Amino acid sequence: MAGPKFEVPKMSEYTDVPKIKEGAMAHVKSFPAAEASQTSLGFPWKLTDDWHDRAINRMGELLVKYRGLRVFMDACVHCGACTDKCHYFLGTADPKNMPVARQDLMRKVYRRYFTLPGKLVPWLVGAEDLTKETLDDWYSYYHQCSECRRCSVYCPYGIDTAEITMAGREILNTVGMGQKYTSEIIAKVFKIGNNLGLPGPALEDTLLGLEEDIEADTGVAVKMPLNVKGAEILLVTPSADFFSEPHVESLIGYAKVFHAAGASWTLSSYASEAGNFGLFNGNYETMRKVAMRIRDAALELGVKRIIVGECGHAWRIAYAFWNTLTGIGYGGNDPFSIELQKQLDPRFKQPSHICEYTWDLIQRGVLKFDKSLNDDRVITFHDSCNVARGSRMGDEPGGQFTIPRNIIRAVANNFYDMAPETIGEATFCCGGGAGILTDDLIEVRVKGALPRMNAYNAVAQEKGVNFMALICAICKAQFTKVVPYYGFDMSQIGGVHQLVSTAIKLEQD
Amino acid sequence: MSSLTVFYIGLFYFATFVLVAGLTYRIYEYWKVPAPLNIPTTPAPTTRIGVSFRMFREVALFESLFKSNKWIWVFGYMFHIGLALVLLRHVRYFSEPLCSFLVFIQPFGKYASFVMVAGLAGLWARRFLVDRVRYISTPSDHLILALLIAIGLSGMSMTFVAHTDIVNLKGFVRGMMMLNFQPLPTDANLLVHLFLVALLMIVFPVSKLLHAPGVFFSPTRNQVDNPREKRHLAPWAAALERDNG
Repeated sequence: MAGPKFEVPKMSEYTDVPKIKEGAMAHVKSFPAAEASQTSLGFPWKLTDDWHDRAINRMGELLVKYRGLRVFMDACVHCGACTDKCHYFLGTADPKNMPVARQDLMRKVYRRYFTLPGKLVPWLVGAEDLTKETLDDWYSYYHQCSECRRCSVYCPYGIDTAEITMAGREILNTVGMGQKYTSEIIAKVFKIGNNLGLPGPALEDTLLGLEEDIEADTGVAVKMPLNVKGAEILLVTPSADFFSEPHVESLIGYAKVFHAAGASWTLSSYASEAGNFGLFNGNYETMRKVAMRIRDAALELGVKRIIVGECGHAWRIAYAFWNTLTGIGYGGNDPFSIELQKQLDPRFKQPSHICEYTWDLIQRGVLKFDKSLNDDRVITFHDSCNVARGSRMGDEPGGQFTIPRNIIRAVANNFYDMAPETIGEATFCCGGGAGILTDDLIEVRVKGALPRMNAYNAVAQEKGVNFMALICAICKAQFTKVVPYYGFDMSQIGGVHQLVSTAIKLEQD
Repeated sequence: MSSLTVFYIGLFYFATFVLVAGLTYRIYEYWKVPAPLNIPTTPAPTTRIGVSFRMFREVALFESLFKSNKWIWVFGYMFHIGLALVLLRHVRYFSEPLCSFLVFIQPFGKYASFVMVAGLAGLWARRFLVDRVRYISTPSDHLILALLIAIGLSGMSMTFVAHTDIVNLKGFVRGMMMLNFQPLPTDANLLVHLFLVALLMIVFPVSKLLHAPGVFFSPTRNQVDNPREKRHLAPWAAALERDNG
């Protein structure tokens, strides 16, 4: 590992709240998006001449389209409850990384152009004109937010900074200040169908290779079907699962579970991506366009059930937004929704999370495990932010916390939770979510991981924990890159279904 | 009738109009803007009744703030509960005859003013003492606290230091309600108190005091966690769907 150009924070027993250091992260500028990808998204790629009016107009449009944004702009009382809740603030001490200050970057402009006191006495209420410097600040600090919503748990009015970051990025895109990483990924999905730009034939090859590996490893012919019409289950998983480590270990885990359950399932080369970066930029149309690929694939293949693999933001979108965006779900009585509902099997939740599926099989005794095969691991579980605070599993609130842990306990003997104030709804983000997972933001990523690293280090020291299980592709990629900065080996990061894969007993055919 | 009385009558009609019309307009605005996606902060209740309980805990107990920061919770709760009791006590200046509840609440309302002002002082101290809170504070954040404390102290001075002519004050207030105008007592602390209250009413619909109606419209708190069972579709999103298929 090349030496970083910044100071890696020192770990401590608890995460202390730092004294503020103004401008500590002002130098961070994620690479700007170039012409090709921005054009395919329908955005300008360099600052437009009319950026000022364009930005204000777009803000005005968003304020009448999104109740959250509208209410959040007014409701904040500057109480300070959120100021020590953001992992990026805790890791960088830059006060503009305090949720309220991040919101105020937009709120001061909102007040100036959309409220009476801001128009009359701007100095009194912290209202400011929109300047080029403001936009630069937005660009810098709206790309130091992972939209993890931890602040929204602690705000007495539920103000969700993620909604404001999304609006900020949407306005930036509108004036030609897009971010390279998210822009290129969305362009790849539009063009090829997944975030990694993996074309259909390459995917087929990859899956065949994995089938051979599994058979060589276990002696059992576990299949990874692709584009099988008439299959019962469509599995939609983040494309990182197809060849990134440790992601692929979980994909093998899903395949073994389907095999052991005797399920009829398929992947789709058209809908080969569960992730949806449209969320990160807060653009409803983009998010819908990306999600529609899954609806189209489901209709084309005639599946009865849609299951989503281990991915945090993908699960939030699938669970909370797919029904709205694409009609995957129940309760819609319009022709668009009914067309799909007629096809889906109403006995199952649509969509289901792979953990819901696996846990159901475990409870029904369908799967058998040799837990001792995981005995070299002492495991903890990292709640991924979008799963924890933006979704659910099962029937009860909080199922998103209990179901993955239940699975781990069913397949392994050694499990310890991290400190309660760092898991569940209070979980700390990995530091790489929502478009931050790019090398040009490595400083933000490393520093933002500090609170999680402190909590992990504590259980590593006290309980000998040596494995952090997760259900998010971004968390996996972020942690494998970042834990070495804190002195841990990247093999300590892996998926829940990686653990399932290790312990599951497969019948010889 | 003195010009002072006329001024205060005009001021209170104006302030009442701004408060009522302004808040009505804001609430209408919040109501009208759709929430296109299901974004409750989870774990969230899965039923409407559950959401009512969540909102009740949020508004009556400041549940999220309690999780967040015990000092802000203590000071904030002292202020709000103190204010609530003080306001309830003030109903006696509008109501004739007095119901037994107003008689019962009177001593609580009187001493609650100390709790209220102490809470405000604590909140204000944080704006100076905690570097993070100092950083985010604007002049208006300080002024609104100064305004509330000044209202509290001027009111308390009439209860605990120099009584105003409460019978005539009530006559003045009831006179405005019944359009049978009566002169206003001219004690300085009363005039200050009433002027600042009117000012507070006027700034309410254009200030951060909008957190009061705002919390009820916050989608992260007022939405039911049921997106797999129910389709949420905003009118503009439905139009988009019709256009794009």
